[in-house]
Amino acid sequence: MLFSENFKIAIRALRANKMRSMLTMLGIVIGVATVVALLSIGKGATASITSSIQGNGSNLLTVSPGKQQSMHSAGQSQQASYLYYSDYQLLQRTLVDNVAAIAPSYQSSYLVKYGDESFSVGVTGVTQDYQDTRSYTMAEGRFVSDGDNKSESLVAVLGSQTAEDLFGGLTAIGKTISIKSVKFEVVGVLEAKGSSGFISSDDVILIPLETGYNKLFGSTATYNDKKIVNSISVSVATTDAMDTISAQISFLLRRSHKLTSSDELDFNVLSQADLLNTLTTVTQTLTIFLGAIAGISLLVGGIGIMNIMLVSVTERTKEIGLRKAVGATKNQILTQFLIETMTLSVLGGIIGILLGVGLALVFKATGMISSVITADSIILAFTFALAIGVFFGLYPAYRAANLHPMVALRYE
Amino acid sequence: MIQIENLTKVYQMGESEVRALDGASFDIDKGEMVAIMGPSGSGKSTLMSIIGCLDVPTSGKYILDGVAVENLDEAKLAEVRGRKIGFVFQQFNLLARTSALENVMLPLTYAGVSGKERQDRAMKALGRVGLAERMYHAPNELSGGQQQRVAIARALVNEPAILLADEPTGALDSKTGVEIMELFQSLYKDHGQTVILVTHDSYVARHTNRIIKLSDGQIVSDEVNANPIKAGMPRTEV
Repeated sequence: MLFSENFKIAIRALRANKMRSMLTMLGIVIGVATVVALLSIGKGATASITSSIQGNGSNLLTVSPGKQQSMHSAGQSQQASYLYYSDYQLLQRTLVDNVAAIAPSYQSSYLVKYGDESFSVGVTGVTQDYQDTRSYTMAEGRFVSDGDNKSESLVAVLGSQTAEDLFGGLTAIGKTISIKSVKFEVVGVLEAKGSSGFISSDDVILIPLETGYNKLFGSTATYNDKKIVNSISVSVATTDAMDTISAQISFLLRRSHKLTSSDELDFNVLSQADLLNTLTTVTQTLTIFLGAIAGISLLVGGIGIMNIMLVSVTERTKEIGLRKAVGATKNQILTQFLIETMTLSVLGGIIGILLGVGLALVFKATGMISSVITADSIILAFTFALAIGVFFGLYPAYRAANLHPMVALRYE
Repeated sequence: MIQIENLTKVYQMGESEVRALDGASFDIDKGEMVAIMGPSGSGKSTLMSIIGCLDVPTSGKYILDGVAVENLDEAKLAEVRGRKIGFVFQQFNLLARTSALENVMLPLTYAGVSGKERQDRAMKALGRVGLAERMYHAPNELSGGQQQRVAIARALVNEPAILLADEPTGALDSKTGVEIMELFQSLYKDHGQTVILVTHDSYVARHTNRIIKLSDGQIVSDEVNANPIKAGMPRTEV
């Protein structure tokens, strides 16, 4: 018997109970729509994080203090480790080949005031090279210069978000803001970089590092009378040289920190690729988690289908008996009911995909959540719906196929 | 056409065994019109389901049109049902919301007959039962008698070796019942169709040429009915 015959029978049976078929399908529709929508959101988050990290320049190495956390050392108390300004000077002196720029920075949060506005912002002490390593472009004014550092000028460069928050779109250049009661003159505003939910590059204030050490940060920025830095950004000239430079940094700092070869490093050298990997792992876990939740709703929809199909088999016992009497084999009855279930689930799947894609587009259009619709999430959802149709259709179909024809014909 | 030898069917009902058929033997030749009679519980339904290949006997021999049926597997049995047997039921058993034509086409679908031929043969079968004009009507648009005619057309469409009717007039009023009996008689007389009627009604049974009576799973009489009632003649009780 041809597939099309069975399909016609299935459509006829489903149309006979339109309301019931639609409600049954709804379970699959909702399940598939959530799978598609949530996977799109997960993919969207990954994509926006990736682009924001790549916006920092892909040839960036970031040196930060701290031991690499390993499982066995996590619980032990450790002596705090620091990166020093002298480490920066060492790198600056020693690394010549293939290095475009090296920029130290020290960051701390302070209360920032302008007029009646006041709130806490991360204030970062930087040098002129910081602009290149982080790929900042200026919206207005200028960046922190070497001259500012030399003369310990009280100047500040604002992130676009901070400028917006403090000045609400009015001119910021030339205005005086106070950071922890120290007056700074705004000399520049950065172009917006966009945020990814995890990292905001726009909510910052940049000041000359030397100014910070001497006029703002105070004793928190020193350890054993040595100036400390939070991170050293190293912009490598070519991607090929990344590994070499990374190894050289490790070697130099290990020596300057007087670590023996058996000691663990008390600093990290991370490339943007490493950072990307870490964050991608996080968002992938999130995506899988969201997908699993949606999968559960698909499962519930599948159980709904099975339930209805069992009712349908019971209702149509006489029909099954008759079909057998006129020559239908077990397999033909099995196929008929299986195709009926699959028609329900595939139809539900298609409607669900359309709905899910629609939802993802609405999210995107409203700008609340970024979403990326990919073919594989659609294929995944569709396959899952089909598999659920087969899985939950088999048992009712098996029941129908194994009805004894005589008993089925006499069923009232 | 049918050779039945020492047929038994035993059902297990919990602890006890029920011998629904207890050693029935008879032959039916091609072109005969036979009634199988008996009160309820006599085993006539069991016998009918075995003759109709809906069930297999516990023991004994059953040869249908040269095929030993008693030990066929499920799929083969379904094929035999589809090709050699035409069923007519008391409750018609037509598919709802399905036109008369499509109902009649159903056995051909399972027999693997292709679209065009299927439709032609179904139309011809409906013509034979006098329903050519109503072939696109669904069962709920047809009278009881017309529905039974559709069922008979469905039974005939595969040109079966035997037409097996189970109380075919049981759900019809007497006037329509007579019309259906007329139809059976004409199929037998004019086309040489082998017809087996299963009934508890002796009046219906006496329309046939041979009456096999069953009681407690055994054949108690098997007699030729020399003067069958001609359907359509006024009913006279004996």
